Amino acid sequence: MSKKKTKRKTHSNNNRKKNGNNGNAVNKKTNNIVGKSSEIKQNNKTEIGNPLKDNKNKSNNNAGSLPTMKKVLGIIGRYKILLILSIVLAAVTVVLQLYIPILFGDAIDGIITEGRVDFDMVGTFLSKTLLLIIITSVATWIMNVINNRLAYRVVQDIRAKAIRQIEHLPLAFLDSHSTGDIVGRVIADTDQLSDGLLLGFTQLFSGIITILVTIVFMFSKNVIISLMVIALTPVSFIVARFIATHTYKMFQKQTHTRGQQTALIEEMIGNQKVVKAFGYEDKAAKRFDVLNKELQEYSRKAVFYSSLTNPSTRAVNNVIYALVALVGANRIMAGALTVGGLSVLLAYANQYMKPFNDISSVITELQNALACAARVFALIEEKPEKKDSPQIMDMAKGSVTIDDVSFSYTKNQKLIEHFSLDVKPGTRVAIVGPTGCGKTTFINLLMRFYDVDSGQIKVDDWGIKDVSRHSLRRNYGMVLQETWLKNGTIRDNIAFGNSEATDEDIIKAAKEAHSWEFIRRMPEKLDTVINDNSLSQGQKQLLCITRVMLLLPPMLILDEATSSIDTRTEVQIQEAFNKMMKGRTSFIVAHRLSTIRNADVILVMKDGKIIEQGDHETLLAKKGFYAKLYNSQFEQSA
Amino acid sequence: MKRLMRYIKGYEVQSILAPLFKLFEALMDLLVPIVVARIIDNGIAMGNSAYVWKYFWLLILLAALGLAFSITAQWFAANASVGFATALRKDLFSHVQAFSYSALDKAGTDTLITRMTSDVNLVQSGVNMALRLLLRSPFIVVGAMIMSFTIDVKCALVFAVAIPLLSLVVAGIMYVTIPLFKKAQAALDNVLGITRENLTGVRVIRAFCKEEDEIAEFDVRNKELTRLNEFVGRISALMNPMTFLMVNVATIFLIKQGAIQVNLGILKQGDVVAMYNYMAQMIVELIKFASLVVTINKGLAGANRVADVFEIKPGMEFKGSNISSRNAYSSNSGVGSADKKQDDNLTAVKFNNVSLAYNTSGEEAVSELDFTVKRGQTIGIIGATGSGKSTLVNLIPRFYDVTSGEVMVDGKNVKDYDKNELLSKFGIVPQKAVLFAGTIRDNLLWGNEAATDREIWKALDTAQATEVVKGKKEGLDYYIEQNGRNLSGGQKQRLTIARALIKNPSILILDDSASALDFATDAKLRSAIGKLDKDMTVFIVSQRTSSIRHADNILVMDDGRIVGQGTHDELMNSCDVYQEIYYSQFPEEKTSNGNDNGNDKKGKDISMSEKDDKSAESNNVTTSGKEVLA
Repeated sequence: MSKKKTKRKTHSNNNRKKNGNNGNAVNKKTNNIVGKSSEIKQNNKTEIGNPLKDNKNKSNNNAGSLPTMKKVLGIIGRYKILLILSIVLAAVTVVLQLYIPILFGDAIDGIITEGRVDFDMVGTFLSKTLLLIIITSVATWIMNVINNRLAYRVVQDIRAKAIRQIEHLPLAFLDSHSTGDIVGRVIADTDQLSDGLLLGFTQLFSGIITILVTIVFMFSKNVIISLMVIALTPVSFIVARFIATHTYKMFQKQTHTRGQQTALIEEMIGNQKVVKAFGYEDKAAKRFDVLNKELQEYSRKAVFYSSLTNPSTRAVNNVIYALVALVGANRIMAGALTVGGLSVLLAYANQYMKPFNDISSVITELQNALACAARVFALIEEKPEKKDSPQIMDMAKGSVTIDDVSFSYTKNQKLIEHFSLDVKPGTRVAIVGPTGCGKTTFINLLMRFYDVDSGQIKVDDWGIKDVSRHSLRRNYGMVLQETWLKNGTIRDNIAFGNSEATDEDIIKAAKEAHSWEFIRRMPEKLDTVINDNSLSQGQKQLLCITRVMLLLPPMLILDEATSSIDTRTEVQIQEAFNKMMKGRTSFIVAHRLSTIRNADVILVMKDGKIIEQGDHETLLAKKGFYAKLYNSQFEQSA
Repeated sequence: MKRLMRYIKGYEVQSILAPLFKLFEALMDLLVPIVVARIIDNGIAMGNSAYVWKYFWLLILLAALGLAFSITAQWFAANASVGFATALRKDLFSHVQAFSYSALDKAGTDTLITRMTSDVNLVQSGVNMALRLLLRSPFIVVGAMIMSFTIDVKCALVFAVAIPLLSLVVAGIMYVTIPLFKKAQAALDNVLGITRENLTGVRVIRAFCKEEDEIAEFDVRNKELTRLNEFVGRISALMNPMTFLMVNVATIFLIKQGAIQVNLGILKQGDVVAMYNYMAQMIVELIKFASLVVTINKGLAGANRVADVFEIKPGMEFKGSNISSRNAYSSNSGVGSADKKQDDNLTAVKFNNVSLAYNTSGEEAVSELDFTVKRGQTIGIIGATGSGKSTLVNLIPRFYDVTSGEVMVDGKNVKDYDKNELLSKFGIVPQKAVLFAGTIRDNLLWGNEAATDREIWKALDTAQATEVVKGKKEGLDYYIEQNGRNLSGGQKQRLTIARALIKNPSILILDDSASALDFATDAKLRSAIGKLDKDMTVFIVSQRTSSIRHADNILVMDDGRIVGQGTHDELMNSCDVYQEIYYSQFPEEKTSNGNDNGNDKKGKDISMSEKDDKSAESNNVTTSGKEVLA
């Protein structure tokens, strides 16, 4: 545990540059996030000084980092040529970068003292150096560009895979995972992977090569000094780790307190109207102050202790530097080294630490990236829906036969058992029952969002499992209570099911669905770009109806809204529904008495089971659950 | 930003000492090449081993001093930056706490939360970095140049040329890339948006067979993101090679110049090495500085956003700050007769031609509200969403200030009340049932800190919440998680009602706060409230006619205006809007009343029998009605 933390700390201290690059980007994110994507907000919040989360990630990945690595490599493999090029260029640039100080040293050796400067020698070395400098610079740039491309392409591929997967995952999976979780995997985790890969490519190879080449070059100059540098280097690590382990506790406390404070802020500011209504401001401020003082104490220590790492390692490096100067001077006096050689060794002594720090930060970053990759791959490798049948069914007349169907979401909780129902074309089926009784289960089965466990559902004479999902679903028009609209223009949304619809078609549908009245008043009419907040719930509902009105498939699945929609809109929605249902087989999740009474068949559901079926009169006469339910409805007017 | 500077108060000394000590440390770093040059020129060249040792210890001393200085600097910087952030947060919190409802609406609570958390943290690390490093890097760069000037002017000219050029390149690349990074971030948000859309809309997308189209759209955005990332990557990838190139070319010039000077006897070999080392130090600092600028920029951006919050005026003043003028005003407007006074004693709330526009320029949310409520009355307020019901009740406890007209509570303009005096009259149950992390008891005591358990249980009883609490093993000590996550909507709503009742308010406001309750519980709740103190005035805002039909007076709102006032029976005869609302909820009654428009044949057929059923059962409140059909 503590080892990991050390790395993390070293990483955050040494990697300021990389963070810097992303800096503004992150900022932007925070801005956009407000009110838009809570899960990323969550992510962002935890990112801010939360080593705990990082750690969790890491321990997750330790179990399976090798297979994940293989999978990532598998995708990188597609860009083999780029990868090889990158490695070759890394080697070239590193060798050259390290060779250049030697040339400078040689040139300095040509400058001995007054009147004894070998201008030829200095000149040759310098022009040679110039050439190498140019080559190195160009090679470095090309390598950076290649690394960028590699990292971003890999991530692009992974995201492309992920979206294809999302479109074909069984709803059982999607329903059981929060949107935030999956979005997090596709966006934040993949981004982390991209950062990790980029850093890995840029610094891992070159870091390793740098260390090796430095050692070789140093030894070529002087063995004793080289051995000394190699022996002393670990001291700096030990110091860094010592500090990091001791800082960690403070960081933990800081994170904990900061978490508490954030929670308090979210509660008090988020609900400030209530706070004000009860005059709780002073108490809130008092609670805040207590946490704020506590946080100050921990933060001060955490910030201070962690900021010791850099000066301490620098001090160790300075001591090594001094030792190199001392021993080097003695070696020169003994004739075993030149002044130029010493300047090279001094330069190396200064540089030698850097790749170690880089590599340790890269490893942390890579571990993190792999943990994220593992989460992404878990999504990508999730079993997709059963393969679709190639059989295309015709447009249906609208008879639906449910034959001895059983279904449950989980094995141990039986829901629908041996249910049968025969629906003739044009029949209205109302599904009623208390909230959470599983009315949507019914929709899930009809639309084949879920497959039945046993028995079968037939539309006309097609078993719905034997035809392609698309051809089945084209037969249904669906309006759900939870309105979903795309970010885009109103036209895009209405023509969602038929992108070839003309404006005339669209306007006609809109008029029939009563949505034209408000669309007409929008600034850009059909071209108005809408998002979640720009329309009222009722308007959204009307647009969803218009979307179906444009297609008018032979069968309908309608879910009446329960949420507060103002009376006029509700009347309009009702009228639109009635218009659509005329002559079509329809399944209605019903809340309104009139809808229920107008239905040909009423399915009464309770606790996920269909407990009664029949028409209004039969069910009332039965004096069962429906009758009780129906009568209780009158109490509202009591 | 200037505004925020004052939070450094109390840490001024530290914020001067921190960079100062950092400079001392940098000075130590700058001395090293000189010492090494001495070792080469005086120690090695003369073969003087003792000299070398002496200067070795000097190097060690410099290292030790450097460490000491830098630790001191970090200590001051940590103290100052954390102290700064703490003071800033404290003030920000109190500032926001003072916001009126309209200021809150304007700023948006989500934004405020971000400002108080991540933005303040950004500012803190920006200040910390600035104190530690902002001066150090330029100091070393300039210092290195000065030191080389002391060694040799001609050679130092190389520095004088190289430094501005280098700064230009670093600044130029940053100038170009920072906006590009923002663009790339926007592209990422686009990809995020469509991913989320595909998840939330999965059923619709599949129902409309749009999977392939969505994938195509995703691919376009995904490629655009990659393109932007690669583009900005290509430019920012220039930073390292360019600086490398320039520094090394400068070194070539330096050595060449050095060679000439040494040949002329002006310089020694060690001096050339020293200047070579300065060049190396410089490049390291320049790159550090570039990344530092980004961190500080982030901090500044955060600081500006925080400062914007401070710019927002809390927006409402209560009596105490300008009593005299208010008093004068109210005595002018008050009517002096004894008769009127008598009336005021009975009047709980009175609206005199009240209008409110949320924005100064915007449309009025409510207009010309005019009504009087007697003490002990129950007032129902009904109307479509957005018709101004909530606005109306928010005006009574002065959550917003009217744009024109006046709101009187107990015969006194709400603007003339002391804040606490005014609030103490009200028990408010907001539309959104909000509870706070803490035990049930903690939450209920918000209403009245001094309430005994007996009073708590009484309030719970009235609010129909007894079973909620009894259902928990811990009873009143049951811990409610943040946002009441571990309670259902109906449970939360009942507890918020209890919280308001514990205050024993003279005016109770229920702002559509029974929406999550089934009809039966709603009815029980209303009857229990009716049995409380006869003098309690109750406002019930609702979408359901059933919730308000027994009110003493019903206000029907439409488009910000009161379009009808009276009892249920009066309104059924006189108010079209009320009728429309009523019949949309009870269509069967419409047909029975003979207003059949032919829409609802079946309804007509059985309407008579239903009416009978209804009256037979009307007094018999039993099972949970609403939930059954919801």
